[in-house]
Amino acid sequence: MPGPCHVSCLGAFAMSDAADGPLLDTPLSDLHRELGARMVPFAGYAMPVQYPAGIIAEHNWTRESAGLFDVSHMGQAFLVGPDHETTARALERMVPSDIVGLKPGRQRYSVLLNEAGGIIDDLMVTRSISPDDDGRLFLVVNASRKAVDYDVIRAGLPADVRLDPVEDRALVALQGPKAAEVMALHAPAAADLDFMTAASMEFDGIDCHVSRSGYSGEDGYEISVKAGAAEALVKALLADERVKPVGLGARDSLRLEAGLCLYGHDIDETTSPVEGAIAFVLQKRRREAADFPGAARILSEFGGNVSRLRVGLKLEGRAPAREGAEIRNESGETVGVVTSGGFAPTLGAPIAMGYMAKDFATPGTKLEIVVRGKGLAATVAELPFVQQRYYRKPKS
Amino acid sequence: MNIRYTEDHEWISVDGDVATIGITDYAQSQLGDVVFVELPDVGKKLAKGDEAAVVESVKAASEVYAPVDGEVVEVNGAIVDEPAKVNEDPTGAAWFVKVKLSNASQLDDLMDETAYKAHVDAL
Repeated sequence: MPGPCHVSCLGAFAMSDAADGPLLDTPLSDLHRELGARMVPFAGYAMPVQYPAGIIAEHNWTRESAGLFDVSHMGQAFLVGPDHETTARALERMVPSDIVGLKPGRQRYSVLLNEAGGIIDDLMVTRSISPDDDGRLFLVVNASRKAVDYDVIRAGLPADVRLDPVEDRALVALQGPKAAEVMALHAPAAADLDFMTAASMEFDGIDCHVSRSGYSGEDGYEISVKAGAAEALVKALLADERVKPVGLGARDSLRLEAGLCLYGHDIDETTSPVEGAIAFVLQKRRREAADFPGAARILSEFGGNVSRLRVGLKLEGRAPAREGAEIRNESGETVGVVTSGGFAPTLGAPIAMGYMAKDFATPGTKLEIVVRGKGLAATVAELPFVQQRYYRKPKS
Repeated sequence: MNIRYTEDHEWISVDGDVATIGITDYAQSQLGDVVFVELPDVGKKLAKGDEAAVVESVKAASEVYAPVDGEVVEVNGAIVDEPAKVNEDPTGAAWFVKVKLSNASQLDDLMDETAYKAHVDAL
């Protein structure tokens, strides 16, 4: 098609991450090509944006059964210190979450902050369940931010804590309502994991590290495995008829429906966790101590003095609104901007997320989103658009 | 039937002085699942290179440009109601617009099927 997108019309994936030099492969790249994936540049890697089934079919399969995602481009790293308290305190200099209080085997979503309270990256932090690994935290960061994050973290570490990026492991996600029953056939210990917990275990005899979390809004797992064993593990999962491969295209539409942020779009170095509507990363102990970068701004915003907020947006009609689209109030004044937008397969309708001036951020507020010069009727919506279905273990 | 192609993956099929315009199978396969189509009003006068329609897939918006000068005489409302038809039958039932040609000689600048196939194979 013509214009800026021409032949490889896959929008954000094709255009935003054109890397200089050759693209990197993941340990699963050969398998993606065998499966007929369309590969696109993403954060310096050649990644599958979709398989022959297509984005909508892959999206729906993940909601109905189980989707398998290669997320090996993401950064995996260990933060290693003499004991948990020392390592956790080192990380707490850069994040606003309670890491010291993280219990063994538990995982927490957090953000790396700059001095202005902006978000350098969002990340997952996991404390090992094994007492032998006391003092080790496992981090998973965004592919596009790996280099920046590692520099920031290293610059802030005391002498007795070091960052060890993991370069020889793949990361795959199995997401969907049937993920647990499939996983249990290969790694029975996975069934015992609660949402946002993790453990090392064997998958058909392959050592791996499994967390019960993901980026789809569904129950599921993220599995870290040695690069050399990744293809065998993935092939074992794909041999199950309940599991199909899912590309970055559906990963994006799934997380958008689930109301989850995409770094560089919905959050960035200018947005704070309060503005980004992820203030749950601020635990009480840290708010009271006010000892994290940008604390003055963030705590002021937390107290109500915030000028803009990330919200969900539902559009009338069928036309999607994309990143960058202006949002106007009923008087025609600019009151916001779209940061992510597209078609929601589960709802059969266009949805978006964006930043709104606080006075217009209340669900139900009527607005117009400007698309190709026309104002499309839209309403501020509650997030998530599609109910998250994480697994919560019954209290015993 | 005289079918011509553009480098931007539109096809144009001429019958008398009326041309039917759509996007090629290659274009739909590159776009992926089409979720939205916007068509021009009947009566709109298009010059070669003007935006004739908008087609959006799950991930991206693209424009369909007029391959020739002409006046829109009919649009295919079926693909507005059911955008997925563009993936199913792009060179048949999912045509976009019909235009009355005002400069038929412009067709000579477009590719025939053999040339278009070579163009796609080279991508």
